[in-house]
Amino acid sequence: MTAPIETTGAQAEAQPEAVLAGAGKGQIEGRSLGQIAWSRFKRDRVAVAGGVIVILLILIAVLARPIQAIFDLDPNALHQDLIDPNTSLPKGAWGGMSWDHPLGVEPKFGRDIATRILEGSWVSLVVAFGATILSNTIGAVLGVVAGYYGGRVDTIISRLMDTFLAFPLLLFAIAISATLQGGAFGLEGLPLHISVLIFIIGFFNWPYLGRIVRGQTLALREREFVDASRGMGAKGPYILFRELLPNLVGPIIVYSTLLIPTNILFEASLSFLGVGIQPPQASWGGMINQAVDYYQVDPQFMIVPGLAIFVTVLAFNLLGDGLRDALDPRSR
Amino acid sequence: MRRSALAAVAAIGSASLLLSACSKADDNDGGDGSKSAGANAATKGVVNASTQKGGTVTYEYSDVPDSFDPGNTYYAYMYNLSRLYARPLMTFQPGPGEEGNKLVPDLAASAGQPSDGGKTWTYKIRSGLKFQDGTPITSKDVKYAVERSNFARDVLSLGPNYFQQFLTGGKNYKGPYKDKSPEGLKSIETPDDTTIVFKLDRPFQEFDYLVATPQTAPVPQAKDTGVDYVKNIVSSGSYKFQSYKEGQEAVLVRNENWDPKTDPLRKQYPDKIVVKLKVNAETIDQDVQAGDAIDLGGTGVQAATQAKVVNDSKLKANTDNTYGGRLVYMAINTQVAPFDKVECRKAVEYAIDKVSVQTAEGGPIRGDIATTVLPPDVIGYQKADVYATDGNKGDVAKAKEQLKACGKSTISTNLSARSDRPQEIDAATAIIASLKKVGINASLKQYPSGKYFTDYAGVPTFDKKQNIGLHMMQWGADWNSGYGFLQQILNGGAIGTSGNTNLSYLNDKQINEMLEKAIATEDDATRNGLYAQIDKRAMDLGALVPLTYFKVLLYRPAGFTNLVSTAAFSGQYDYLNIGTTKK
Repeated sequence: MTAPIETTGAQAEAQPEAVLAGAGKGQIEGRSLGQIAWSRFKRDRVAVAGGVIVILLILIAVLARPIQAIFDLDPNALHQDLIDPNTSLPKGAWGGMSWDHPLGVEPKFGRDIATRILEGSWVSLVVAFGATILSNTIGAVLGVVAGYYGGRVDTIISRLMDTFLAFPLLLFAIAISATLQGGAFGLEGLPLHISVLIFIIGFFNWPYLGRIVRGQTLALREREFVDASRGMGAKGPYILFRELLPNLVGPIIVYSTLLIPTNILFEASLSFLGVGIQPPQASWGGMINQAVDYYQVDPQFMIVPGLAIFVTVLAFNLLGDGLRDALDPRSR
Repeated sequence: MRRSALAAVAAIGSASLLLSACSKADDNDGGDGSKSAGANAATKGVVNASTQKGGTVTYEYSDVPDSFDPGNTYYAYMYNLSRLYARPLMTFQPGPGEEGNKLVPDLAASAGQPSDGGKTWTYKIRSGLKFQDGTPITSKDVKYAVERSNFARDVLSLGPNYFQQFLTGGKNYKGPYKDKSPEGLKSIETPDDTTIVFKLDRPFQEFDYLVATPQTAPVPQAKDTGVDYVKNIVSSGSYKFQSYKEGQEAVLVRNENWDPKTDPLRKQYPDKIVVKLKVNAETIDQDVQAGDAIDLGGTGVQAATQAKVVNDSKLKANTDNTYGGRLVYMAINTQVAPFDKVECRKAVEYAIDKVSVQTAEGGPIRGDIATTVLPPDVIGYQKADVYATDGNKGDVAKAKEQLKACGKSTISTNLSARSDRPQEIDAATAIIASLKKVGINASLKQYPSGKYFTDYAGVPTFDKKQNIGLHMMQWGADWNSGYGFLQQILNGGAIGTSGNTNLSYLNDKQINEMLEKAIATEDDATRNGLYAQIDKRAMDLGALVPLTYFKVLLYRPAGFTNLVSTAAFSGQYDYLNIGTTKK
């Protein structure tokens, strides 16, 4: 990993890599941790590819609704003229692929699969990001508190983490989603389902990051800069959030990037089990659920949402791995 | 026995078809099953008619039944199967389609003799009847069976309790496990060992249908152990239990104490009958196609198998696509605004594209487009279409017209469906798309089917609070007459605070009166005419939108004999005389 990357442009900017490789004659500049990490990251092509795909996915998700509005696509519009009523299958090869429906149409309803994938993308990402932010906020705060104060506080929070980790999450998720079907907290329909999913996935996953942060804090709190800060009269909260947390950003970012794909999968599993996003709203897990009945006769319908989940999860994982390598090379 | 002209014609047709099927099978060298009888053959006649004895007939089911106990079950397939070991007073003659609705005496020597205007029903049971242990069957065993199944709700709660509702003093009798008095329920009299008299508190002209449930199959009081009776059922039919493993398997063998002279219906062809439970639904489809088993549930093949079978003319020739005695519909809640106005309900009637709903449910194979409340295989059905639209595809213009008459341009409401019934959700999805085109915005609300009536759609205050104006619904009758079908879904007098199946919450004086009048009417033709009138009245009022007449696609397994799909048991094959050509 020490080989310099090729500089494609004619006027290559000042390249830190060149410095690393010892090829530069210019002045050695001081570089921040971020710059070093970025330079390492750039050299990991797989991670960069993952990152590009992730950015694309986020763009697609953010623009899903505007794209639908511009091209007049309705994820719930039926095209049953494209369906053979006797078999419920789309007419034509490859699940009814055509110029109008590039990824084919669903059996029974003839809804456009491409549009539903598009619609499902924002649902997946909103749930995954929401849940990740929720769990990592709780995890980071409780982890740093437990690690810094130690003693009884640490004991209580650590046991709390054990309790949460021992929780039969999937069963609980199914039970909660099933009971909150109708409406709760003044919400109903899609906003309710998304909020419930974010809560379930986010609220019970915080101990994973919590433990990591607690461990790092235990090491950090003995360092000189913390002692110095304390000696200058800094109080607990200041030390926690100004001194310790910035030093924990690395692991938090890495862990978040790795948690997002897990959460996408969790959301898809719950929707697949019928307790997540409810039809007719499109979601990737829900599409696979519908496709189960037809996988032998119309595999296209299962492959497309399956691929969407696969590519997304893979991209996030590659990005996460690359970030970890870049931010904390020793952890390899 | 009184029978309508319609049924009489059907009976004649049945006999001739039976004959023709026999001769056809003979041409096929005893009907070894290698040659297909053609698509829908078992809905028109008996396929592979044969008197060949021996072999093992295997049934498979994807779940477990509520109970094998004839006094503790409510499933059509158990009503069908239980007759092999439990003989009710009356039963249905094996016959194709609606001909299978014909009632014939089974344990009874003849149909019930009504007196007192249909309030008293007398049955004479056949002589020479014996239980599997050789003890004679008396009318007291029948009386005991009715008492335990209908009145001891704390012990046996899974079957219906019509006898409790109709028998005089039924509300106060606590069942034979609590009430140890020797005379038991006083409104069932057994003047001698072969006579049983039922005394009702109101006229009920379709009582023969009630005694056709397995609840009237005799149970010896000395051998009854309440809920555990299922483990040691004493047979009165042509087969008895050899072994019973709860939730896994039941094996039936010939009952030597069953005398063919006392039974014109059962033939006792196979040596052994095996019922396998909890078999994977796809495995069942494979076994059925391989000719190894019959699908006990009779709900038809899975979607993937359907797609495969329908595309292959050879395989399709082995299928029976038949009515399941059920209506798939959407009830319009007449108590939730704005559907309290008939014009708004009519707007919905015109708006719905029934072809779209049908396609979403799986196409014409899963159901014919419905325009009446009564399905065609229920007695009393008359063809009608009050809200006819071009090609059944809905009429946006007419719907908008009705909406205007109702004083609305858009309506915002909710549509309830059962979350564990994917077909229902698919139909609802298509309905929502149809309604959107006329300006009615309905959102789907899903509830578990186990509590659909007790906690959700069946609770009027819940529906009003949640603004649920539309309810997905499916209904099959306990017995295939207009009364059995309509009474539970249109009777306004019975609307309670929860547990309602009348999801339209329609309380129309005319309909209520006609229902009462019908069941007290002795003449079959007049009675069935009343059912058609009730049907029309309900449609005029826009109480519900009939979507499809439910159909099942059965794969007819090769190697089995005497297969005939009967309307009496939701289109299932009649299990009474199925045999096998395999050894």
